[in-house]
Amino acid sequence: MRPWKFALLTLAAGAGVFALALALGSDYVFFAGYVVLQFIVLATAWNILGGYCGYVNFGTAAFFAIGTYTTVALHKIGSNSGRYLSGTAGELLQPLFPLSVPTLVILSGVVAGLIGFGMGYLTLRLRGVFFAIATLAMAVVLQTLVINWDFVGGSRGAYIIRDESLPVAGFKLGYVHYLFLIMLLLAAVALSVARLIEGSRLGYGFATIRDDEMAAEAAGVPTLRLKLVATTISGALMGMAGAPYPYYIGYVEPAGTFGLQYAVNSIAMPMIGGTTSWAGPLIGAILLGSMQQIATVTISSAVNLLLVGVLLVVFVVIAPNGIIGLILDWQRTRGKP
Amino acid sequence: MSMPLDLLSNAIVAGLLLGGFYAAVTAGIAISFGMLDIVNIAHPAFIIMGSYLAYIINATTGLDPVAAAIVMLPVFYLLGVGIYQIYYAAFERRGQEALRGLAFFFGLLFITEVGLILAFGVDYRYVEARYIGPTWRIGFVDLPLRMLVPCGVSLLMVLGLQLFLAKSFIGRAIQAVAQDQQALQLLAADPIRIKRVAFGVSIATAALAGAFLIVIQPVEPSVGREYIGRAFAICVLGGMGSLPGTVIAAMLLGVVESFTATFYGPSWAPAVSFGVLLATLAVRPAGILGR
Repeated sequence: MRPWKFALLTLAAGAGVFALALALGSDYVFFAGYVVLQFIVLATAWNILGGYCGYVNFGTAAFFAIGTYTTVALHKIGSNSGRYLSGTAGELLQPLFPLSVPTLVILSGVVAGLIGFGMGYLTLRLRGVFFAIATLAMAVVLQTLVINWDFVGGSRGAYIIRDESLPVAGFKLGYVHYLFLIMLLLAAVALSVARLIEGSRLGYGFATIRDDEMAAEAAGVPTLRLKLVATTISGALMGMAGAPYPYYIGYVEPAGTFGLQYAVNSIAMPMIGGTTSWAGPLIGAILLGSMQQIATVTISSAVNLLLVGVLLVVFVVIAPNGIIGLILDWQRTRGKP
Repeated sequence: MSMPLDLLSNAIVAGLLLGGFYAAVTAGIAISFGMLDIVNIAHPAFIIMGSYLAYIINATTGLDPVAAAIVMLPVFYLLGVGIYQIYYAAFERRGQEALRGLAFFFGLLFITEVGLILAFGVDYRYVEARYIGPTWRIGFVDLPLRMLVPCGVSLLMVLGLQLFLAKSFIGRAIQAVAQDQQALQLLAADPIRIKRVAFGVSIATAALAGAFLIVIQPVEPSVGREYIGRAFAICVLGGMGSLPGTVIAAMLLGVVESFTATFYGPSWAPAVSFGVLLATLAVRPAGILGR
């Protein structure tokens, strides 16, 4: 299948999901669905570096929070643009504010991508585990920065007041529906990007790094450049997933935004689904994401996080290639009598 | 800017005491990550587990927390042996430690933290001992005993580990595994058995480090995360598998953090280790005492 056909197909599937959610007629579907879609984006983004290149990123929460806090900062500037934008440059920028959510998503993607690139440049020249440890430490440091940064609320957090609805072509679109649509589009973009990479020279380059970096280097694959491309794309997508979050939740504070659940989910979902193709993170995110939405309502949020951790450990020990691997194995054994 | 001498010397002493404790936190990682090449990012979670066990024993029997940790050493050793067995069978033997091994330890970290939250809640827990509270005073330098005792016992522990590695048969075998596993196999020694012992020892240090932690400050389940960056920064700065290097690096980080806390405010202290880690990786990845 051609990449553009695949992109159209994901868009069509997205439209189908939106129509189905509308048909169910409950706003809760949109609230819960938003979180699942957000995890599809995060898991797919993680898998571009983790699954395709074999480099573990523990800093999903950090990249997600970069997007979230880019939105918070720009929203605050926008809500009081006369005060923060002064001088001639400020007057030129003023008419642009307040920024729309899609603009914020793109800007967050740029910021997170740049930080991903910087992190990668500093640590990817060494052994892969240093990158993993650095991303883990980066989450703690960014949290420290945000706690000490009063402009975005510090440790007290920041409130974002959103409109009830949004006029779109004469209709009144509920804001939750609007955010759901944006996340749906982001998920389609993330899956299309992952699929595009998979079938391209870039993807084959990534696979050589995953399988044997030394041999790839010796064969003339520009490993550092490819790893930096992967880190940048992956970081940018994570930042984009975080950008609409303040509007969704209404109140952000560092402890929640930097929560370990983002890191563990974005690792567990591809690992449980399968890391070598775009379908793995999608399957993992839909399964684990919906399971958590149900468990949060019926049991408790701490228990469902424990469940994610246990599933992650069980899958990496027993089924290293995830659900997709299990299906392939099953097909193979069924083929042979 | 002139710094008052008493503030300066107190910051240095507090940093050195903190560094002594950091040495205990990192000793286990220096063995598992530095020598065995096992990226045990769950180590701080085991330290917190040690803190909670010291807390339980202290609260129920009134036993000194450090003594309680010494009682728990065999249990932690066996835990480490068991974890290494799973790790070896599932990842190391298949050559999948890079991606899935890391995810495995991350999962363990997460399970421990959430498990402790479910069992004890997120309230801060603390222990009682005679040395928590009083402070010795030499001139204008404060020596709080709740820092001095962990620092002293920690240095003793690291010294003991260093002697064990340098003098005992099995200790030297561990160092041999770190250098060349295949050569050891040619000498008809079983590297897996030696690594199992070494990993058990590394987890056992977490029992003591956990007791020190809860003596120094009240503990809740997610405190462990702050120590991941710190411990690995110290391990890398200290030259990976070198215990003397680890002590020097731990003291260095302790002093830098103490200065940051004194002159910029304690909320900035966690950022220091990350700066140290990135700077070390960028400038001298072999560490100060690297081979």
